Amino acid sequence: MGLDYNIPEFIIERDQDRCIDCQVCQHQCANQVHAYDQDLEKMVAQDIDCVNCHRCVTLCPTNALIIRENPSEYKKNKNWTGNMIENIQKQAATGGILLTGMGNPTAKKIYWDHILLNASQVTNPSIDPLREPMELKTFLGRKPDQIEFDDNGELKDLPPQLELDIPIMFGAMSFGSISINACKSLAKAASDLGLMYNTGEGGLHQDLYQYGQRTIVQVASGRFGVHNEYLNAGAAVEIKVGQGAKPGIGGHLPGEKVGAEVSKTRMIPKGSDALSPAPHHDIYSIEDLRQLIYALKEATDYKKPVSVKIAAVHNVAAIASGIASAGADIIAIDGYRGGTGAAPTMIRDNVGIPVELALAAVDDRLRQEGLRKNVSLVVSGSIRNSADIVKAVALGADAVYIASAALISLGCHMCQKCYTGKCNWGIATQRPELVKRLNPEVGAQRVKNLITGWSHEIKEILGGMGINALESLRGNRLMLRGIDLTEKELEILGIKHAGK
Amino acid sequence: MKRVYAREEYCLGCKLCEVYCVTSHSKSKDIVKAHKLEEITPRIIIESKDNISFALQCRHCEAADCTKACITGAIQKDEETGIVNYDAVRCVGCWTCIMACSYGVIRRDEYGDKVISKCDLCITEEEPACVTNCPNSALEFEERE
Amino acid sequence: MDYVIIGNSAAGIGAIEGIRKVDQEGKITVISDEEYHTYSRPLISYYLAEQVSAEQMKYRGADFYQEYGVETRLGDRVVKVDQDDKLLALESGEEINFNKLLVATGGTPFIPPITGANKDNIYTFIKLDDSKAIAQEVEEGDIKEVVILGAGLIGLKAAEALVKLGVKVTVVELADRVLSAILDQDAAEIVQQNLEAKGIEFVLEDTIEEFSGTDRATAVKLKSGQQLKTDLAIIAVGVRPNTELVQDTEVELNRGVIVDDQLETNISGIYAAGDVSEGYDLVRGSAAVIPIWPNAYRQGLVAGQNMAGASESYNEGFVRNSIGFFGLPMITAGIINPEGDGYEVLSSKLLENNSYRKVVLQEGKIVGFIYLTDIDRAGILTGLIKEEQDVSQIKEELLADDFGYLSFSEEERRKLLWL
Repeated sequence: MGLDYNIPEFIIERDQDRCIDCQVCQHQCANQVHAYDQDLEKMVAQDIDCVNCHRCVTLCPTNALIIRENPSEYKKNKNWTGNMIENIQKQAATGGILLTGMGNPTAKKIYWDHILLNASQVTNPSIDPLREPMELKTFLGRKPDQIEFDDNGELKDLPPQLELDIPIMFGAMSFGSISINACKSLAKAASDLGLMYNTGEGGLHQDLYQYGQRTIVQVASGRFGVHNEYLNAGAAVEIKVGQGAKPGIGGHLPGEKVGAEVSKTRMIPKGSDALSPAPHHDIYSIEDLRQLIYALKEATDYKKPVSVKIAAVHNVAAIASGIASAGADIIAIDGYRGGTGAAPTMIRDNVGIPVELALAAVDDRLRQEGLRKNVSLVVSGSIRNSADIVKAVALGADAVYIASAALISLGCHMCQKCYTGKCNWGIATQRPELVKRLNPEVGAQRVKNLITGWSHEIKEILGGMGINALESLRGNRLMLRGIDLTEKELEILGIKHAGK
Repeated sequence: MKRVYAREEYCLGCKLCEVYCVTSHSKSKDIVKAHKLEEITPRIIIESKDNISFALQCRHCEAADCTKACITGAIQKDEETGIVNYDAVRCVGCWTCIMACSYGVIRRDEYGDKVISKCDLCITEEEPACVTNCPNSALEFEERE
Repeated sequence: MDYVIIGNSAAGIGAIEGIRKVDQEGKITVISDEEYHTYSRPLISYYLAEQVSAEQMKYRGADFYQEYGVETRLGDRVVKVDQDDKLLALESGEEINFNKLLVATGGTPFIPPITGANKDNIYTFIKLDDSKAIAQEVEEGDIKEVVILGAGLIGLKAAEALVKLGVKVTVVELADRVLSAILDQDAAEIVQQNLEAKGIEFVLEDTIEEFSGTDRATAVKLKSGQQLKTDLAIIAVGVRPNTELVQDTEVELNRGVIVDDQLETNISGIYAAGDVSEGYDLVRGSAAVIPIWPNAYRQGLVAGQNMAGASESYNEGFVRNSIGFFGLPMITAGIINPEGDGYEVLSSKLLENNSYRKVVLQEGKIVGFIYLTDIDRAGILTGLIKEEQDVSQIKEELLADDFGYLSFSEEERRKLLWL
């Protein structure tokens, strides 16, 4: 089609004075952008194939490479932006839906950035976490109505709990959507740090059973890889109803990613597409959900908490209330900026609501209904730093899931091309030559470093507030103030405006 | 003794080990100058085909065949450090060491007509440059049984 | 413990280093009829061509004997071995007792029965003195043309050195090609062309019948009737084990001194190593004299260790050579021109850059190879011969330019490389 403009999205600039023709960029680019030209006797680049993943930039030993956005500009138009025009051109050429990866990149309001934290001055003095003990330990699960002790001084009839040393868990990412080495990195980091990671809907690879005590096994609409051993291998079971990046739609792992190991783990034929239906075909009501929750509790002998994960949508508070009534021990709410391996662009960018508002609404509703202690709340959908976590806890969350941030610590540079399967960082790929680029020992260490850094920061912030246990901050919205927010937004968030 | 071991399951085939080997053995110690102004044969062999690759360098064998085969005494094992040392002055370029080394990690220096290129474990550094600069920890410098 | 080593070259030095691995105390005496500090015999052609100095000829550092606690009798000669009394008589009159004796007397150049072969300007070429004498003749005399009998390793290295000194060289060889012991027809042709391009002339399938002249040979007459003028001649038709010393003893001889896999002769306490010995040839599966430098050193090393009480064995002997002429290198090993059934020969096409490879297999194992020009990593094949590795699964890859450990399965590779 003659109208398909061959305009590269990115331009690669190579400083020929620095380039030593080592061809590292060539060896590292799965998109085959770089090549050594025998006639020109120098490295050249096919800009059109570049996805700006920064693999070459990072590995170039002489820093000879810079990647820029193509500076060619469309005529200025706030409505018909270049992005809009290009999307239409793509679809005019292909007739397909627009696909993308990772989270919503659009310029919508990020509420975390409009919430400010408090600190102590003079009275209720701040605490120095380097000198005083500081408690981040968190238990997820139903809390009993009253506490009774047995003769040995142990708690009686305590419902199953997940014990977290830091209230951070790695969100659901399946083996299939990410590589086995990425799974191993996260599983090992979770084990070493006393956190949890989540299998996503990909089953549990045999190499990961050793991390069972730090694993949340997921049951989703496709039921891939679900069997009794799987359910009992983890420390908790999570029913995935929805995902923030693509509420209301299912998942699709293309057959080319279903190699021998994925096939075995998911219990589906090699090379077949793994289609997760949009709904669970056995859940059409809260009662149906209750059946599944209790079926899973039966299967795991009531020893493991059951979580239900939903996307943050308009009626999230009512839905969460129903889930709590249905017997879930944990509710995970995934906001509309949450990541994904692949989603239709229009859905990712336009469906669902911000997790900050959803969290505040759900926490309020559960409190009003006296259900809050029955469930723990976990939020996700773009937790980007330790301050986001502190704000989430003060809004009412018990813990957070992080996924994009964890992948970034593994090397992800947010090129949003996960769905192509050619992840140059060895994360969102099943190609063996790419998978091995992520050494799980190196990966686990990097994730651990990130979480260690964040936990230090959380302690610093808590200390600043004069609080020495994260538990004391949970739901403590007095520690939050809004900025640049409307009355309605402040009301939903349940916080005062800065200055009040 | 500490030796360099490759973990081929994590080798990217990026050849950065080669780049840093050359830099480490350059006069300038400058990565750009070493490659643009000096002529240096890497002291590391990278085997690479399809999805498999790994880097290989002198194993500094306990019973090093090259030292036994060398006709001039230019290659000798230092019993204290364990390093198989090479003395370019004594070498006449007969390549008997190349014949003797079953690892195939000694090669002719491309730029000198009578010298060889072989790993010296970057003796003056804390660890070999190839190990330090491997982006995926696919080379390990350690003592093994 | 008194150790005596007759011979001061690769095997002798290997033995000293071997003894000292096990025994730091015992007395070691080295006897050699050459007066020099141990030197590298293969370097005599480099010395002749003025490519190495006398200092660089040294095979081990100047303080080697002192460092290893070795007494030397250099420039003296053993005239009698008394195996019963364990006593050696030297030409100087000295008598030396031994508990353990190593015969490492090397080889003696073979001189065929040619009329006039005893003239003053006819040399062999295996000792430093040979090289010095020839060098002196070239320096002082009017040496314009030299005839060399034998196109083997020694003859051609001498030819190369003399050409570098500006002398015209003609090589006469009975076989139909150069280096017939280590090359096949194709490779030999390339090497010969390369040598001819440098000015060396060859007369093949012919030999010298007579050296004519008075004290000095001035011409040679070939069997074919051809006459060649000559100012100096070198006979390099082969080397035989120098077994003379033990011929009057009960030490068992065949072509060389017969040794077991521990390098001991049939007489307890008497060992032999290097070019004088006849040990086990791995690729031929039978006894053989393997007169090459690395083999000599390794035999010496093992013999030395065993003399001092260890029980090491050496079964890795086979012929292998790395050599080059005017920058054209070649590495060859084992059986190059197999005769009889049971062999499989793989050979590459001859490339424009004169690169050529050939591998000979027997029962799936490599028993010989030739690498010409592109010789890097040839040692992998040497190793496979030594390990008697079955390579039938990777036959197709053996000749590839980039043949290496990638051709093996991951498991085998880990085993071979100890990764």
